[in-house]
Amino acid sequence: MSHQENARGPKPKRLTSSRIGIYAFLVIAAAFFLLPFYVMVVTSLKGMPEILKGNIFALPEKPTFEPWVIAWAKACTGVNCDGIRVGVINSFKIMIPSTFVSILLGAINGYALSFWRPKGGNVIFAILLLGAFIPYQVYLYPLVRMLSQVGLYNTLPGIIAVHTIFGLPVMTLLFRNYYVAVPIDLFKAARVDGGGFWTIFFRLMIPMSGPILVVAAILQVTGIWNDFLFGLIFAGRDNLPMTVELNNIVNTTTGTKAYDVNMAATILTAMVPLIVYFVSGRWFVRGIAAGAVKG
Amino acid sequence: MEPSVSIRDLRISYGALDVMRDLQLDIQPGEFLVLLGPSGCGKSTLLNAIAGLIDVSDGEVWISGKNVTWAEPKDRGIGMVFQSYALYPQMSVERNLSFGLRVSGHPKDDIAKRVARAAEILQIEPLLKRKPSHLSGGQRQRVAIGRALVRDAQVYLFDEPLSNLDAKLRVDLRVEIKRLHQRLENTMVYVTHDQIEALTLADRIAVMQGGAIQQLDDPLTIYNRPKNLFVAGFIGSPAMNFFHGALVEAGGGLAFKGQGLEVPVDGYETSGPLAAGQKVILGVRPEHVPFAEAAAGRPGAVEGRVELEEPMGADSLVWLALGEGQMSVRCSSGKRYHPGDRVPLAFDMTRASLFDADGQHRL
Amino acid sequence: MKPLRLRNLTPQVALIPTWAIVIFAYIGTIVWTIRISFTNSGILPRYDFVGWKQYDRLFHSQRWSISVENLAIFGVLFIVGCLVLGFLLAVFLDQRIKGESWFRTIFLYPYAMSFIVTGLVWAWIMNPTLGIQRAVENWGWTSFTFNWLSRGDRAIYLLVIAGVWQAAGLVMAILLAGLRGVDEDIWKAARVDGIPAWRVYLSIVIPMLSSMFVTAIVLLAIAVVKLYDLVVAMTGGGPGISTEVPAKFVIDYLFNRQNIALATAAASVMFVAVLVVLGPWLYSQYFRKGRGAQ
Repeated sequence: MSHQENARGPKPKRLTSSRIGIYAFLVIAAAFFLLPFYVMVVTSLKGMPEILKGNIFALPEKPTFEPWVIAWAKACTGVNCDGIRVGVINSFKIMIPSTFVSILLGAINGYALSFWRPKGGNVIFAILLLGAFIPYQVYLYPLVRMLSQVGLYNTLPGIIAVHTIFGLPVMTLLFRNYYVAVPIDLFKAARVDGGGFWTIFFRLMIPMSGPILVVAAILQVTGIWNDFLFGLIFAGRDNLPMTVELNNIVNTTTGTKAYDVNMAATILTAMVPLIVYFVSGRWFVRGIAAGAVKG
Repeated sequence: MEPSVSIRDLRISYGALDVMRDLQLDIQPGEFLVLLGPSGCGKSTLLNAIAGLIDVSDGEVWISGKNVTWAEPKDRGIGMVFQSYALYPQMSVERNLSFGLRVSGHPKDDIAKRVARAAEILQIEPLLKRKPSHLSGGQRQRVAIGRALVRDAQVYLFDEPLSNLDAKLRVDLRVEIKRLHQRLENTMVYVTHDQIEALTLADRIAVMQGGAIQQLDDPLTIYNRPKNLFVAGFIGSPAMNFFHGALVEAGGGLAFKGQGLEVPVDGYETSGPLAAGQKVILGVRPEHVPFAEAAAGRPGAVEGRVELEEPMGADSLVWLALGEGQMSVRCSSGKRYHPGDRVPLAFDMTRASLFDADGQHRL
Repeated sequence: MKPLRLRNLTPQVALIPTWAIVIFAYIGTIVWTIRISFTNSGILPRYDFVGWKQYDRLFHSQRWSISVENLAIFGVLFIVGCLVLGFLLAVFLDQRIKGESWFRTIFLYPYAMSFIVTGLVWAWIMNPTLGIQRAVENWGWTSFTFNWLSRGDRAIYLLVIAGVWQAAGLVMAILLAGLRGVDEDIWKAARVDGIPAWRVYLSIVIPMLSSMFVTAIVLLAIAVVKLYDLVVAMTGGGPGISTEVPAKFVIDYLFNRQNIALATAAASVMFVAVLVVLGPWLYSQYFRKGRGAQ
């Protein structure tokens, strides 16, 4: 092969065994990754009698949307039988303000730390960074006490505050890294033109922060939506987010298990972050790279 | 003599787009050939095709009398040096040099001998234990050259090896590469966009543009007798002055007339018949213009008005308004000129160039 | 002079909320937690001082030692599993694959979902009566058994599978970005040198990506220490207490078993362990380099 007298033009393409192996590996891996999603969907479309036959991988014989309706409006968590829709609303009520406040605060921090370099800035940054890595268990009990002191424990503002507090490290890091890459001369020019702290922030920095705002929003929306621990502890019975509701529905110990309803509820819970993921595409990956300390 | 590298009917295309077609090139054993051209002209593509790093769409590549069109790069008897050095970052210099040989299972003592020789030639013995990250740019490029040398190849390929270095290092290493070639007497193919590198290093230069070789000649011919307008304009700094006009009958001979100038073309070494009425482009290098005293008494001397002067140390560049055009003249007399000065200058037709109206051919 | 000072005060004012959060929510809570761990508190905090008593109890608690052991098993297998699978996926995706973006999307989507969702789905698939086991039986292989979810000695490995399924895509995304950043000339040089592709990955590319591997390991390690949701959703710590983990230990003793002193002692141990492991890495990552960069 290395030396042929009459070789001419492109090297003949062969579908080599290594090439086949690569695709085989990728296809098998893809099957492994898709399998749970497939099982979720087919289970949610079967009736319980069909599920009890035990062919978890089989397509539904008589597809029905009944489980979805029950999951949405009638599934029980303990004594409440209002379905998962309550959790959906709660999750949105928690997610939207938490995302907004944590991004705003993170942007202000990143901006102040990278351009104004205030005294103690490095200390703040160091503690926030460290804070992102430390298991939440260390903070939980005192935080519960503090929030009850000011009457925010088990309230909507309380859970929003908790998400803001623990979203702050990643948001600060994200914006600091973004602003550090902005030419300092731009900032100096704005100072020379007489811009103050807030003028420069709102008129100059925020308008040029589009990409990082998108990344931050993706991180926070998916992160807060997927949260279980904080919702469980801080939200209070009336504000339980969807993840907590879902776990309550599925892992309720009373009565027979309705696997079809459970899987329908599970898909419903995964819907929002999945939509964000599929719509955002490459931005999601950027978020992973940028928020490399996401916990 | 059988050429060291031979490219026959080469075509390279991406999808429906031909970036190179019907390219022929023979490189003689021991020759230092430079592929020169602006970025995107296809010079690196051609080098990669010789190395076997890209697939050709048609045609053949022969190296040392063997058809290597389908051969892997490692089997082509080549060594290659890259612009970004491409050293293996986590390995010491010594391992960088020896890694390829180790992987292909060469005997240990042979590897040691080759590494020692390459290190001696390039004077990098003190660096052998270091990692690339602890080397300067010039040292890194030496190591990269060393990695090519240990392969004991018949042909060495250089892909803009000096472009990432600063100006001074570039001159130093250029001299070194020339020495290396004199010592090894291997065939070398060298890609650059820097005409000084090309002119100083090459036995022959292939000036490329648009995926085709515009002219393949020794450096002096390229400089003095460019084959077309592109080569004329690309080679030389500051660039050649061009005047558009036509040939006219004047005083028994032919003269160039255009842009407010009329210059007799006596003495022009033409490669074909010239005829009155022919539209032409006249090209004159700034350093080939008899100027001031030197122009006095020459036939066809004209007067230009100085617009500005750029002193450059050894000489200076004077920009003049002339007829309806403008030209630059290199002046080494040490005399200063001021805007508005009127200075005589002449056209030395023995060193000028004439091209046809579309600039495709030298007349 | 005066207006200038006033203006420079604004950044400090803007950082007041952050300072408050740092002082109260981060430092304050940690100090408070550690303080309680040295008391005899039950349902409500008391501020006596009993020395290392709670730590002594903790380290003699079987539930805690099982939790730590599980964390170690899960941690090692999960991190190794994600790195190996993620790296392989990244390398295979880097071979000019048709439909690359489809594959990438498929490999990463689990990472967008909640650990609760992951846990519930895998618990369903692994369901000892209606899951894989039954399906395979129905296909005719009647002696097939796969009841790990109900076996105390095996359930932890199912958590690993679910965890790897969720997070391998993350490693793939990080490493694929790294592979795409490798200088093309390095690959050309290796081809001229005649080094086979697998050898290039092993000897040249992996060392080049070492910082990306470290990033991935740190991200995965954080997920390991915080491991809670997945266990709650998939096994609830069972069967028995065979899949308990430290994070769950703390939450259970804080809110269900009303023994906050023991819970905070456990939390403090987690805190110190993380600090010891991550401190030096964080310092080198952000401060040594950070100063140079500014």
